[in-house]
This record gives sequence, structure tokens and C-alpha cells, in this order.
Amino acid sequence: MNLSDNFPIEFYDALVIGAGGAGMRCALKLTEQGHKVAMVSKVFPTRSHTVAAQGGINAALGNVTPDQWQWHMYDTIKGSDYLGDQDAIEFMCQEAAEIVRELEHFGVPFSRLESGKIYQRAFGGQSQNYGEEQAHRTCAAADRTGHAILHSLYQQNIRLGTTIYDEYYALDLLKTINGEIGGVLVMNIHDGAYKILQSSHTLLATGGAGQVFRNNTNASINTGDGLGMVLRAGLPLQDMEFWQFHPTGVAGKGMLISEAVRGEGGKLRNALGEAFMEKYAPHVKDLASRDVVSRAIAIEVKEGRGCGANKDYVLLDISHIPEEVITERLPGIRDISQTFLGIDPIKEPIPVFPTCHYMMGGIPTNIQGQVVSPDDLGEQKVVKGLYAIGECACVSVHGANRLGGNSLLDIIVFGRKAALTISEALHSHKPNRSNTDLNLQSIRQRLQRWQKRSETSAETSAQIDSVIQIKKSLQQIMDRGCGVFRDHQTMQQAFNDLQGIQLRLDNVCLTDFNDVFNLERLAGLELENLVAIAFATVTSALARTESRGAHSRVDFAERDDQAWLKHTLYFQEAHRLVYKAVNLHPKHHVAFEPKPRVY
Amino acid sequence: MQFIISRYNPQIDKIPYDQTFELDNTQISTDSMLLDALHLLREQDPSLAYRSSCQEGVCGSDGMNVNGRNRLSCITPLSDLPQKIVIKPMPGLPIIKDLIIDMELFYQQYQGVDPFLQSEPLDLQHEHLQSPEDRAKLDGSYECILCGCCTTSCPSFWWNPDQFAGPAALLAAHRFVIDSRDIQHVDRLKNLDSPTQIFRCRHIQNCTDACPKGLNPSRAIQELKSIMVKEI
Repeated sequence: MNLSDNFPIEFYDALVIGAGGAGMRCALKLTEQGHKVAMVSKVFPTRSHTVAAQGGINAALGNVTPDQWQWHMYDTIKGSDYLGDQDAIEFMCQEAAEIVRELEHFGVPFSRLESGKIYQRAFGGQSQNYGEEQAHRTCAAADRTGHAILHSLYQQNIRLGTTIYDEYYALDLLKTINGEIGGVLVMNIHDGAYKILQSSHTLLATGGAGQVFRNNTNASINTGDGLGMVLRAGLPLQDMEFWQFHPTGVAGKGMLISEAVRGEGGKLRNALGEAFMEKYAPHVKDLASRDVVSRAIAIEVKEGRGCGANKDYVLLDISHIPEEVITERLPGIRDISQTFLGIDPIKEPIPVFPTCHYMMGGIPTNIQGQVVSPDDLGEQKVVKGLYAIGECACVSVHGANRLGGNSLLDIIVFGRKAALTISEALHSHKPNRSNTDLNLQSIRQRLQRWQKRSETSAETSAQIDSVIQIKKSLQQIMDRGCGVFRDHQTMQQAFNDLQGIQLRLDNVCLTDFNDVFNLERLAGLELENLVAIAFATVTSALARTESRGAHSRVDFAERDDQAWLKHTLYFQEAHRLVYKAVNLHPKHHVAFEPKPRVY
Repeated sequence: MQFIISRYNPQIDKIPYDQTFELDNTQISTDSMLLDALHLLREQDPSLAYRSSCQEGVCGSDGMNVNGRNRLSCITPLSDLPQKIVIKPMPGLPIIKDLIIDMELFYQQYQGVDPFLQSEPLDLQHEHLQSPEDRAKLDGSYECILCGCCTTSCPSFWWNPDQFAGPAALLAAHRFVIDSRDIQHVDRLKNLDSPTQIFRCRHIQNCTDACPKGLNPSRAIQELKSIMVKEI
């Protein structure tokens, strides 16, 4: 298509960008409410990365051990290292039980107890009675809970006939002349054709961005597209220094080995055979919070107690668990171990090492799912027409460290809530389906930039830079500069290196200019998002001179509530940072004051 | 290592053709998967098109025909394959580009079996109970990842892709017919009771052979036939 042409336009009551668990729960509710909604996804919905979630979804059902949503709330706040917003966490934990029963009614094949009720397993950082005995709170469908939920949600969307644009890539948010968000520009990956989807309500549910790190559990599609769009629209990202390193990725490869393995009784051991978590978390041992366990593994390896020829991993041992428990509750984990390691965990322990798993930060929103940004006076104002939910959003229910089992909960709770917010707005204001002028200048420039052709001849083209090579360099820089342990020097080096990456990105040319499934161009557009996110991460992390949750600094080893009990907001322009207060005012429960965090 | 990969760019080519790629053995380690090799080949030729996402066999994006058999590239060890590897798009559906096929018909057939739970009206205050024994019946059916490896290896589907649901869709139908929480199983069975539907399956068992998740659609279809005989 000629870029000077007018793009075709379609009008919708609401747009949902992303078809993972969050997007599909939201679209389902909007369709059910009778709105004309379009769900846009760069992959077919069931390919979304929710499908890879294993362990389960938290809700205080109390099917196995006594439970209350208030205990879940406490555990989540403590797990967040007190950076989570307490009003949002309270809301999520209150909603959880109904949300899980609703999923069950949608057809999710949860594992069952003898009573016929939903099976619940133990997971890290979860307790009864505000920090006492271990709670069994994580509702599971074997170790394929994400798959079970994602497919059931897709099936329900089939039932209601939701309009889905699959294999369409959302490029950028489009603003009206008033500066409100008025839709998105999308590209059909099948033929490279662009189209404007116009709506007064655009919701981002584009998931995580684990591809900024080399060692990660994330799918290759997790490139933070919604975050890039928000930054380019001049809006901030929140708490981007906080990335969760999952303690048990397959060593050297990164595939996720679910926390469910430790929930079912698995133990971490070092080269001496010691169950070393007893040292780091005497009370709950292997079921401490993920940040705590990841640091423990990193320390064991650093101090020379790692396993293998290079002493660079530890072992996850489940050989003491009865075989029938493994085949019934952990079949997927056994499958992954056999496929990628040639190991049957019934007989041999699994080599594991921390690997980047989850982004606690994201697009700042309120509990209604509306995106918020500070005005000139620092007051948080709703961005008209824009919503965000799930991993791409930061509401913030995970603060500085997410508890296992809370991400599936987050996406479903706020998927439904944001749909209700949009639905209410649509009922009180008739949707505008007339053609409003949208500003297309910057997106045209961006598209033009990817038309740039190399001046080097074809024979030497193997020597020149490529999108793939830049992405590899970026991932190396982030692994080195912003891993489990951080300090000023390595992060400053990463920041300097990122400027080199930006330069290479600005100059790189494509070699493929075809329109049908041009995956090189797609990778280029995704790389722009990844680089923007890397800058947000390093800038935010450099400034935070304390250790909190997953942000662990060697040079500032303690948490500093006096100076840093606040959220970071990063703006792309001049890498500007501002801060906002943590919400310590839940509506129904008394607030939880920050305390030292021990497990 | 040599790879012979079917190429097709609809903007240039009239028909698909084979292109030979070479990978230096030093680039491959003993535990490399076929997808790792494809990523390296894409560095040689960025226009090489195939779908992939999770890289661990759960998203179902990267079904392709490898030495005559449908497989997921991300969980196919290179060490399992001969020195010369022939990769084609999965058969039976239109090719969009290189190894990427148009799966629309496959998805339509899936949607056509009403693959969603239909239960009595439920109250959100209560769980919809199911015994562990009834839940265990779903094992082997619910894990399908819709990769299409089975359906695109089925001769009955090749012959009537617009009429015959194919093994993946019938596996989904089976999953709901046997779910103790579903109340529509008689209607579901009636909809499948036709010469172009369930009885189009001749139990050739290519589907079961192809399934990268170790599921057995052929047996599920057999079970549907036997339930049908008993119940309608």
C-alpha cells in the first residue's frame, strides 16, 4: 500500500488489543453486554502466552485449608514488598472466589478434590491467618491451568460470536484533535494492509515483554507492544524496574518449571545435596516468595555450590514424591523435562536457574482499568479513551514482586472490571461512530522509516546489521545489566550500551519488502517496543537506590520506606522520571503497614 | 546439516518450489530443536516464513510437515532427524507463504462442533461440582492445542475439508460429550450422526500418529461412535 493513501476506517464501540486471558475475558463481557467490539491479536487467540501458565489461579475458596480473602490480601501485599496498591489488591482478592467459580462455569476443567470441589495446591508466599501456616489457595487444572483457562475463554467467545481480528498487528494509538485516544492503526499480517479501527474506548491487553531479556520463560510474541504504543503516545510506564525472575527455569534454556513442583513438595538442592532454602527462609523454605528463592539460588551458584560441570545451576528434586502424584498433578512438567532435558523427574532431579518471567510494571491504571497519567500539578488524571489490563498494565496489584497464582487472577479480575467500566460509559454516552479527525502524522513517519532500503549491495548484505542481531545484543545487555542482582556500575553500563542499540535501530534496514507475512518488518516494529521498554527499565532501576522485591541492589541492599515507598513513572521524552504515592487505603480492611519481610 | 524447505511467496511465485539451506554443524548443539535451526536459517534469509511463539509445545503455532510427518518444530529434536531434512507446510489447506498455511477452514470446523460447555443455569455463589473420576475422563481430550497436525494429516479431511469436521474438532466434540457438567450431549451426538461427520472417519489413525501432544483423536472418535450407538 502507498503510505500516502487514506487508510480504510472501521468503527467499533470498543477495541480490545490482545487476545490472551485478559483480552478475551474483557471482550467476552463486552460482547455479552451487546456492544460492537473488535478483539485484535497478532496471533490466533489460543496462541497467546496465557496458554503457557502452569500452576494455577489464587482464590480463597478454602476447599483444602481454611481461608479468607483478607489473608490472601495480606500475603499479596507482603509479597509485593509493600509497593502494591492496597485498594487494588483488596479488590482483586475480594473478587477472586467468584471469578474462579465463573471460570469453572465457563467450562475450565479444574482438577478436583474427592468432594467434587476445585483442587487447590500450596504455592509460594501464601499463608493462613496473616502469616501463619501454609495456605492451599491456588486453583489448578493439573499443571496446565493457563491452557485450560485460555481455551475455555476462547470457546466462550465462539459461543457469543465475538469479532476477532486475528493475525492483525496493532501499531500505534491514534489521538483525536483533543488529545483523546480515538483508536488504533492495525496491519493485517496476511497482506500487509493497514486499517484504522476507530473507537472511543481502546483497551490494551497486550501482555508482557520478557523478550527484553535473553534468558526468559516468555513466548517470542511477548514484545510489549502495548507499552511501546503508550510511550510513543507520550504517556508514562510505571514501576518498570521490577521484573520477576522465576526461580525455576530450565537451566541454560529458560522454559518454565512451575512453582507447583515445589507446591507439591519439590525441594531445591545445591551441589552438596543440601536443601538450601532452609537457610534463607527457615519457616516456609522452598515456598518463600519468588524474589527470595531466586536470590537464594543466585547466591548458592555465586558461592560455588552450583551443580554441573560449570557449577551454574541447582537441582529441583521431586524424586521423593509418589509417582501417581506426579503423573496426575504435574504431567506437563514431566513432559517438558523429558522433551528438553531428556530427564524423567520421577527418577532424576531437574537442573534449574532463575529466568526472566514476568513484568510487575506496566501502563499505570486505576481499579476501573482506566489508564492514568499525572497532569502538570502531579495529579493522576484519567486518559480519555484508553484502558489497560493484565501484564501490560500496572494497577498495581503485584508491586515489587508478584505471588505465583496471582497473574491469572489479575487478568480475569481486571478483564471483567474494565469491560464493566467501558460498558457503563457506553450506556451513558452513545458511542460516536462518525469520522473524527485522527492524527496520523507520526505513524506515517514510523511506517515510512521501515521502507528505508540499504545502500549496500546485496553481496555484502550479510555483513551489515539486522533486526535479529540488534535484538540479540539488546537481550545480552539486559541480562548483564539488569538481572537478579544489580548495581550502579552495571546498570549505567547497560544504559550507555542501550544508546548504541538505539543508534543501530535507527539505521537498520530491512531486506524483505514484500507484504505477505513480512515477519522481518514485524520483528522491526516489535524491536522498537523492546528497546523503548529496556530504556524504561534501566532508567527506573538506576534511580531507585534501595532494594525492594525483585529489584535487588548490591550497592543499596536495604529497603528504604522513608525515601522509596513510591511508584516510579517513566516518560520516554528525555527519559524523565516522576513518582507517585503507593495507595495505603483499602476500602474495607485496615491498611497493612510496611514491616520487615521474612519468610 | 542440509534443509530442503518449501518456499512460496504469492507476490512472486506461481507455485511452491524447494530451496536448499545449509547449516554449519558447529551452530547446532546436541539438544537443539528444529525450531532453533529455523531461527538460524532465518538469519541467513529473513524472508523465510513460519509461525512460532511459545517455543515449548503449548501454543500450537509451529505445525509443519517434516520428512513426511506433521510435527511441532519447537519440540522436534534435530538429533531425531536424518542429515537431510525436508520441510513442507502441513498438507490439505491453502499455503499463504512458505510454511504458513491458511487455517481458517480448520478453525471453522472446530467452531462448528459448538466447543463450549453447555450446562444448566448456574449460581456464581456455588461451584459446579465434578467428581475426580468424571474429571479424569477429560484427560486426553482437553489438552488439545489446536496446532492442526492431526486434521491436516487426515485423508478424509483432505477429501472433504468443507464438510468433515476432522479429528481436532471431533476430539473437542468428544471432550464436551463426556463432560459430566454438560447437558447437551444428546444434541451434540445427533449433530455428529451423519455420513459426512463422524462416519467419514475411517480410523486411518494418521491423526493419532501425528499428534505432538500424544493425544488419540482416533480413539475419541471411536468412543463417540459407541456412545452414539447406545444413546440415540
